[in-house]
Amino acid sequence: MDAFILQMLNGLDKGSAYALIALGLTLIFGTLGVVNFAHGALFMIGAFCAVTLSKVLTISYETIDETQKDFLGNPLKVETPYIESWFGPEVGGAIIDWSVPLAILFAIPVMIAVGVIMERGLIKHFYKRPHADQILVTFGLAIVLQEVIKYYFGANPIPTPAPAMFKGSFDFGAAFGIDPNVIIYPYWRMMYFGFALVVISGIFAFLQFTTFGMVVRAGMADRETVGMLGINIDKRFTIMFGIAAAVAGLAGVMYTPINPPNYHMGMDFLVLSFVVVVVGGMGSLPGAVLAGFLLGILESFASTTWATTTIPGINQIIIYLVAIVVLLTRPRGLLGRKGVMED
Amino acid sequence: MMGLNKKDTSLFVVVIVLALLAPFFLNPFPTDSSMAQFNAGYPDLMQRFVIFGIFAVGFNILFGLTGYLSFGHAAFLGVGSYAAVWIFKLLTYNVLPAIMLSVIMAGIFALLIGYVSLRRSGIYFSILTLAFAQMSFALAYSVLSNPKFNLTNGETGLQVYANDPQWLHRDSLPDLPHLFGLSMRSTYEMTVGGWSFSFNTGYYLCAVILILTFYLSIRLFRSPFGMMLRAVKSNQQRMNYTGLNSRPYTLAAFVISGMYAGLAGGLLAAMDPLAGAERMQWTASGEVVLMTILGGAGTLIGPILGAGFIKYFENIFSKINDNILHQWFAFMPDGIEDFIVAVIHPFIGKGWHLTLGLMFMMVVIFLPGGLVEGGQRLARLLRRKKSDESPSADTKPAE
Repeated sequence: MDAFILQMLNGLDKGSAYALIALGLTLIFGTLGVVNFAHGALFMIGAFCAVTLSKVLTISYETIDETQKDFLGNPLKVETPYIESWFGPEVGGAIIDWSVPLAILFAIPVMIAVGVIMERGLIKHFYKRPHADQILVTFGLAIVLQEVIKYYFGANPIPTPAPAMFKGSFDFGAAFGIDPNVIIYPYWRMMYFGFALVVISGIFAFLQFTTFGMVVRAGMADRETVGMLGINIDKRFTIMFGIAAAVAGLAGVMYTPINPPNYHMGMDFLVLSFVVVVVGGMGSLPGAVLAGFLLGILESFASTTWATTTIPGINQIIIYLVAIVVLLTRPRGLLGRKGVMED
Repeated sequence: MMGLNKKDTSLFVVVIVLALLAPFFLNPFPTDSSMAQFNAGYPDLMQRFVIFGIFAVGFNILFGLTGYLSFGHAAFLGVGSYAAVWIFKLLTYNVLPAIMLSVIMAGIFALLIGYVSLRRSGIYFSILTLAFAQMSFALAYSVLSNPKFNLTNGETGLQVYANDPQWLHRDSLPDLPHLFGLSMRSTYEMTVGGWSFSFNTGYYLCAVILILTFYLSIRLFRSPFGMMLRAVKSNQQRMNYTGLNSRPYTLAAFVISGMYAGLAGGLLAAMDPLAGAERMQWTASGEVVLMTILGGAGTLIGPILGAGFIKYFENIFSKINDNILHQWFAFMPDGIEDFIVAVIHPFIGKGWHLTLGLMFMMVVIFLPGGLVEGGQRLARLLRRKKSDESPSADTKPAE
């Protein structure tokens, strides 16, 4: 039972990332009908927004402290970040410590801008082209974005720590009166899960309860009619593309403490996210979220020693196996709508 | 000739000439000139041109004719490589059985994957093949290399060790891949003036196979079977309504292109007896897609051009560094020289993939037919200009 709960929890953070990326992919697919292979790259750019911010915040100047000596006996050079000298060491240190959560504020406008530029500059011209062309051009774009990031940040993963407050783990056992030290779970992963839930419910609420969301949903159902009613649906869809990019970016920002970002993290997640979208059902937002969490949890169950000794390597292939079975038995996916991508 | 019409014959002859005389074409610069770094006529690279040409020609049979975009073709390449290395380990270093087994294994593998994947079309097909390929990659990388049952040797890659049985090996035969005693590595260097050309056995084996497979692909393109595949691409529904079942045709195309990939994998192993799991990763599948599209999907010669183009620039572009750039632009004033070098810097050396990505996007956006279409457009433009020149010399615009 303990192991069960533990694996469940372990699956949640990966599942959250899958769900967020798949949600963005589905938003793009459902609104614009475009298969976006560059979505993983957006996730990666989000992660590098966090890296950039933490680098910018720690830009420092050197002062020579005569009272201290370094190990060679020379006067010690002390690096002080500008932030600390502006706001004082207390506040400045806290800002630097909180750079990852702060990067959310920085990433949202950046990602929306990236998304809108991408849509207006490139993807707009591909609505009428076959899906294969869309896959190819976005695949090319993903390579380009990846290489640009590699050029500026290098090929190695860049560790970006979470705020000190979130270091350590939460002991579920002690909290709920079971044996302590059995079910422990890092705070930041809990945070990630909570954050994912907030973002997902935010998107759903936005689509469900605002006029803008209502128009977008109408456009997803029948784009032409909405256009004929005199609504500029293209503009709204562009904004939705920006929002989808922001969702992927936020998923990336918050993922940096879990896994140090490198330039190909997007590609690694992209393949799995596509599988998630297909399992959930092309064009179905709840399907994407559901499948994201399901597959994340399934993957973590498959990594238990019991599972890997029974069927070796099951943890590596479980997601693909599930996808194959789902595609062959329920081609529309778990919650897929009728008439989406059926030709 | 040989059941080809005039146009195809001339294309075929061009490919034969290019393949057989490649050591000359690819070494146009004298060895000690400053342009020698653009020479691509060394055996290793020439082999890769041809092998990836075969791979892309095979991929084109599936994608170019039926329009099914497979994102998992590298799996067959990997299977072919593993099969070939196993023959080297168990039987003999003779490449013939190795290549045969790699084609057969890839064919069986393609039959299984194709049978399942072809139940869906469009994006679902792409994702299914991607899933299968990633699964094979994961399996080859980790599971199939456990001590009890070591089929792939995991991260290290499968290779031939001194204590492998090699039942048919004789001491008189070379201790490297060979064709009935003729080592794949043996190279004849010919020096003419400042030029040197190398003729490598392995390369010529690959070239002969490329010519054969290219001939097969022409015949396939022009056959009734090829017409059926085109029908699948242009309108599968109508084909179904006329009472034809498209599944056997697409499956056959899938298996054939899988066998081409296996052949390429076998040849890769024959040139260098080593097989690693990274050959199966989905980025490798992406590469063959790039080659085919860049050259021109659905055309006969396009994939070979694309493969050659990508492999050439991958090797040559990535060798250019800042010093070479400084040499080139040395005639300019220092400030401008530094500026130009700084601008070009991200696109060369390690940044070659950036150039590739940009080029690929440009091709998809502006030239969906690839290099072949580009060439045709250029030819048409030149012809028009030529025909314009003579009569329009004395016409003046009406005002």
